[in-house]
Amino acid sequence: MSATDTQAGANSLRSGPDGRGRFGIFGGRFVAETLMPLLLELDDAYRAAQADPEFRRELDYYLQDYVGRPSPLWFARRMTEQLGGAKIYMKREELNHTGSHKLNNVMGQILLARRMGRTRIVAETGAGQHGVATATVCALFGMKCAIYMGATDVERQKPNVFRMRLLGAEVVPVTAGAGTLKDAMNEAMRDWVTNVHDTYFLVGTVAGPHPYPQMVRDFQSIIGVETKEQIVAAEGRLPDAIVAAIGGGSNAMGIFHPFLDDPEVRLIGVEAAGCGLDSGRTAASIERGKPGVLHGNRTYLLQDADGQITEAHSISAGLDYPGVGPEHSWLSDIGRAEYVGATDQEALDAFQLCTRTEGIIPALESAHAIAYAAKIAPGMGKDQIIVINISGRGDKDIFTVAEHLGVKL
Amino acid sequence: MSRIARRFATLRQQGRGALIPYVEACDPDYDTSLAILRGMPGAGADLIEVGVPFSDPSADGPTIQKAALRGLKGDSTMKRVLEMVTAFRDGDDETPIILMGYTNPIEAYGPERFCVDAKAAGVDGLIVVDMPPEEADLLAGPAAAAGLDIIRLVAPTTPDDRLPVVFNGASGFVYYVSITGVTGTRTASTDELAHALPRLRRATDLPIAIGFGIRTPELAANAVRAADAAVVASALLNTLEGTLNADGRATARTVPAVLEQLRGLADAVHAVSKTVSK
Repeated sequence: MSATDTQAGANSLRSGPDGRGRFGIFGGRFVAETLMPLLLELDDAYRAAQADPEFRRELDYYLQDYVGRPSPLWFARRMTEQLGGAKIYMKREELNHTGSHKLNNVMGQILLARRMGRTRIVAETGAGQHGVATATVCALFGMKCAIYMGATDVERQKPNVFRMRLLGAEVVPVTAGAGTLKDAMNEAMRDWVTNVHDTYFLVGTVAGPHPYPQMVRDFQSIIGVETKEQIVAAEGRLPDAIVAAIGGGSNAMGIFHPFLDDPEVRLIGVEAAGCGLDSGRTAASIERGKPGVLHGNRTYLLQDADGQITEAHSISAGLDYPGVGPEHSWLSDIGRAEYVGATDQEALDAFQLCTRTEGIIPALESAHAIAYAAKIAPGMGKDQIIVINISGRGDKDIFTVAEHLGVKL
Repeated sequence: MSRIARRFATLRQQGRGALIPYVEACDPDYDTSLAILRGMPGAGADLIEVGVPFSDPSADGPTIQKAALRGLKGDSTMKRVLEMVTAFRDGDDETPIILMGYTNPIEAYGPERFCVDAKAAGVDGLIVVDMPPEEADLLAGPAAAAGLDIIRLVAPTTPDDRLPVVFNGASGFVYYVSITGVTGTRTASTDELAHALPRLRRATDLPIAIGFGIRTPELAANAVRAADAAVVASALLNTLEGTLNADGRATARTVPAVLEQLRGLADAVHAVSKTVSK
């Protein structure tokens, strides 16, 4: 939420969304009437907070002393040497408290929820990173917390489930559908509509009804703002490419947004291709979906010809979602950002590459970004620069990775 | 005059409230849901809501979620839903049919083609759960051109100064979501309804239907004492679910059990004498 974001001119690509919460044809507020007055109230409260220097001061305080910002921009020397092409830098979001970029947004929204007088928080989570971040701030501020998580994800992300419960959150497994993030999102919305009087819905990604995509992006933009300063300090210029993984797309939007008006910087979003883009078992909503309406916004969705949403698949629970944030859909359509895929296997390989060459165990989500960067770096010049957003650490994924490597823990 | 307006005018003349039952298309199969739909007017339905199954009904409680999934498993598509209404219209040209569903299947079908085809099939009105007034332009033009009513939802959270926004472009009737919550859970108290209805009446002349949480004949009668119509969905779907066999297929009891329950609800609603207003 830097000052420049809100002051972006009309010709800037950073001026969206419009008054209806739209980025081109994407976004909007497709919710039941019960929720509509709440979204209008949230929009007003967020604008008021943005305009209040005290809110910014409070957020900066928590970002520095609690989250641990700024996060470093690390020159990955050994990975660069091994790939033999462009210089690889890593934005170390995994070093934030709770181990991912998620806390940037959660900290902003919890302060907003407190300003609005809400006492109870509900949230959805896939890999559990957003759930852990949310449970953490609820512990910090002494608020009630319910986290909806697909039953399949509860099973494959046990450490995070235990972490959330330790933090005092109620973790509610959702058995509907495939028991993944989409189903958790449905159930969190049902909780919110039932408990509107005291409950704040703390959305974890740049999706959902307006103003969530904008608000989450603004809170995550700190990633890109810092990256810009850090790369200029280190190299005296902007990078040639920024690569980030995309589930809903919050870490990518956060690092992309401050660079939208710098056309010389390629912005590359890496979706989870799962078993392959054309395998039918994928989470690549932009590459294999078409525009539709789900969870309050119009965006690219994996769906059948009748408009029924289809199940996504990814080894990474955090990317296992059949939609994507509406601003990414728009950036794809206007050609400002490129969207590509990395398969489960490519992510596993990149997970090991990063661990062995840099001593950094990345989240499987982030490993998708590493996989694509590793694919393009060798073809680029040694004077060129790639920044990879390491959105989270991989401790939570060691059981999944061990299983795929045939290791019994 | 539309079928919906005509039906409410007649009911008003007779001093009666309306019962609006809900049937999910293709739940658990096309023939069973069509048989229920065809039997509904005879069992006392004044208007009928036909649910269009959607994979992610995020405003609905567990009962309608399950019905929607059964409908999808029963090969529901928008085309099949419209075929079902066409088949119903073969024998009934009077009972208004309202399709209730979510935006995405309509968007996938194409809003303009959808409105034209729905009208041709004999649909009278549309309730699109996740399309608030702010997003209504997607359907407003095509629906008006086709002559379909857009039934707007209004909730306890809707403040007075927003009511004109909600009712602008509404036609047919207004659907009052009587609780904050999902379908088939809590029931609004008589006090809550007594507070809510005058607020709505001041803002619209359209008939008002009450839905969410109406599961018994008594609750349905209460609802039409306060408003013009009662919508009953989850209670009927629960009954239907209870008659299915272990494989989730319809049995000989399915259609009669649903219609018998409907008759009880209708009798209670129709026993309420409403003073003729205006």
